[in-house]
Amino acid sequence: MAAILEVRDLRVEFPTRRGTLTALDGVSFDIAPGEVLGVVGESGAGKSMTGAAIIGLLEPPGRIAGGEILLNGKRIDRLPYEQMRRIRGKEIGAIFQDPLTTLNPLYTVGRQLVETMQTHLPLSDRDARQRAIGWLEMVGIPAAAQRVDSYPHEFSGGMRQRVVIALALCAEPALIVADEPTTALDVSIQAQIIALLKRLAREKGTAMMLVTHDMGVIAETADRVAVMYAGRIAEIGPVRSVVKSPKHPYSVGLMSSIPPLDRRVAQLSGIEGAMPRLSAIPQGCAFNPRCPHVFARCRQDRPELIETGTTRAACWLYDPASEKRAPEAVQHG
Amino acid sequence: MAETPVLVAEDLAKSFDVSRPLLQRLLAGEGRRTLKAVDGVSFDIPKGTTLSLVGESGCGKSTVARLVVGLYRPTQGRVLFEGIELEKARANPETRRRMQMIFQDPYASLNPRWRVQEIVAEPIRAFGLAQGAAALRDRVGQLLTQVGLSPLDGEKFPHEFSGGQRQRISIARALSSNPDFLVCDEPTSALDVSVQAQILNLMKDLQARLGLTYLFISHNLAVVRQVSDRIGVMYLGRLVELAPAETLFTAPRHPYTRALMEAIPDLEMTGRQRIPVGGEVPSPINPPTGCPFHPRCPLADARCKAEMPKLLPPPGQPGTIAACHAVEEGRDPAPAPAGTDQRIGTTATAL
Ligand SMILES: Nc1ncnc2c1ncn2[C@@H]1O[C@H](COP(=O)(O)OP(=O)(O)OP(=O)(O)O)[C@@H](O)[C@H]1O
Ligand SMILES: Nc1ncnc2c1ncn2[C@@H]1O[C@H](COP(=O)(O)OP(=O)(O)O)[C@@H](O)[C@H]1O
Ligand code: SF4
Ligand code: SF4
Ligand SMILES: [Mg+2]
Ligand SMILES: [Mg+2]
Repeated sequence: MAAILEVRDLRVEFPTRRGTLTALDGVSFDIAPGEVLGVVGESGAGKSMTGAAIIGLLEPPGRIAGGEILLNGKRIDRLPYEQMRRIRGKEIGAIFQDPLTTLNPLYTVGRQLVETMQTHLPLSDRDARQRAIGWLEMVGIPAAAQRVDSYPHEFSGGMRQRVVIALALCAEPALIVADEPTTALDVSIQAQIIALLKRLAREKGTAMMLVTHDMGVIAETADRVAVMYAGRIAEIGPVRSVVKSPKHPYSVGLMSSIPPLDRRVAQLSGIEGAMPRLSAIPQGCAFNPRCPHVFARCRQDRPELIETGTTRAACWLYDPASEKRAPEAVQHG
Repeated sequence: MAETPVLVAEDLAKSFDVSRPLLQRLLAGEGRRTLKAVDGVSFDIPKGTTLSLVGESGCGKSTVARLVVGLYRPTQGRVLFEGIELEKARANPETRRRMQMIFQDPYASLNPRWRVQEIVAEPIRAFGLAQGAAALRDRVGQLLTQVGLSPLDGEKFPHEFSGGQRQRISIARALSSNPDFLVCDEPTSALDVSVQAQILNLMKDLQARLGLTYLFISHNLAVVRQVSDRIGVMYLGRLVELAPAETLFTAPRHPYTRALMEAIPDLEMTGRQRIPVGGEVPSPINPPTGCPFHPRCPLADARCKAEMPKLLPPPGQPGTIAACHAVEEGRDPAPAPAGTDQRIGTTATAL
């Protein structure tokens, strides 16, 4: 089946006083109908930026400097603001990391839901209100019929986030871009939201880009996973392969940083050091200063995505022409 | 006599007025509505230890945090800092320096018009903790490095950072006054796992070296297990179970605690259906009668609907207190023997 979303060689730049920063470079992926693509990676890796570029809400002076974005086969990366705004409500539903910027503090949550639905679907006031209450129930707001007339500030952080989710879903879009949708939620509500998102993907064929650093949520929800690092995709592949036997040394470090649930450890394993600043991305592989497997070629040439057998990884260890090959430890995760 | 705990919460309650505007109230013929965000919460935190609070969104965790640092005045009960009533203790600038809070929302807590350098330096300057501009800059650089940012990031404004990076700035700011009691409301929820590991290691390291005391709030049970000495489970504004960290994981007693353990996402991808806690989350405006968990509890009976259970140690488990009639009556399923886990499968070893 044709992909709902195609991102080709996307490049996003930020002109600054100190020169132009490249926030995204050569990012490409597809999402098929009913498919959930999980996007993970260190904060600042460019996950939110990728989502913002797709929905046409890059914060100025950020701009798309190259590549293309197609929704159902049509370019959407060069559309005038008004046209993109209509697409955003109807065809793309967005769930942002920061719930307060999405909700209008001056309107009740019910009014915001009703207006969103009526903009995109032919509904009477009464039906729209009924549906608004229905969506609030679906995302687990207790006493929805009573709280539909509340203002956003009367809700807890997690409840506001659930209202944002209801807002993104209520116009039944073809693509959902969800940036950390369940981060503010506890596990039991999270389970409910994840089940809802999965059901929508399955039943309505909704495609979903799910940005989160919660690997448990990824494992349960995503079909494929993209790991981002310093504005590029470091590894992409089926969820089972990426989570259980990652191939890129950065993915390996990321997966081993997950705190264990079944015991307490003295020291959590992590990845030494920090991701480079955009203005100081090293030559060659951007991960090379932190990589335990670095070799000469890594400091010179930048690796593209290479087939590893189970995934595709931007790492020279998987290039047959390299002088060094992936050690057993990495090969088998 | 035992050392005075750094923090004591005694029977804390906080209500909010959530009435609709007067005119609408008159039209609808309804009275004022209050929401009890927190009710009857007591705990203490001994020096150098970590107490964590977990529970569903909206259950009142952040409200407890705000009561503990004096951002809200309790409707009932009181908070003692080293044995002194909070308001009196906070009149002393030294106390204000010593207690700091890391907020859940990294967007709201940073002044957008200040550079990061100024944001982090402000408490250092306010409390006179560095002599001279060079020392101040060094200290800020050191703090930024500690949280995984670069000293050069001091030149930027908060909006130039991603969500997780902003949270690291607020952690650097909270640490800048050398506090010894930190209230951390979801400090790592906005962070990716690798930075989360660094921050949790930093927090543990500071505690080991400097004897810091933490009130830690999170909904991530794996994170909570890594940092806590004791864990309190909240439901609808109340503490329903309080236990040593290891005991809570190996022998959870309250039916809600058990349900939370069941709902944890599965990294093993065994295809296990997560069992969301059944039933509807009740409204804190009209809490259920009796035990607040009874509409969702598999063990609920007539007594549960009528009578609020008290926090009591379960028979034979003195370190724990749980507010549940079934536990008190001994009619709950036996806890798993110590040492075995409620959930099979680990995350790290699988990778
Ligand atoms: N200023 C306020 N006015 C009215 N109601 C409030 C206010 N602050 C909190 N509440 C209500 O108090 C309850 C507890 O809120 P709190 O923010 O403490 O929850 P929480 O456990 O931190 O949840 P989350 O994890 O979602 O942030 C919620 O029902 C919320 O709607
Ligand atoms: N307005 C801006 N100006 C300059 N740099 C920015 C701006 N917004 C974000 N960045 C940088 O872009 C990178 C990617 O940010 P983002 O996509 O938000 O990361 P995340 O993966 O955490 O969501 C980060 O290094 C961040 O500091
Ligand atoms: S290309 Fe080299 S430095 Fe980069 S991840 Fe692979 S081995 Fe490490
Ligand atoms: S008191 Fe009754 S309803 Fe409440 S948790 Fe215990 S068994 Fe369930
Ligand atoms: Mg982000
Ligand atoms: Mg909170």
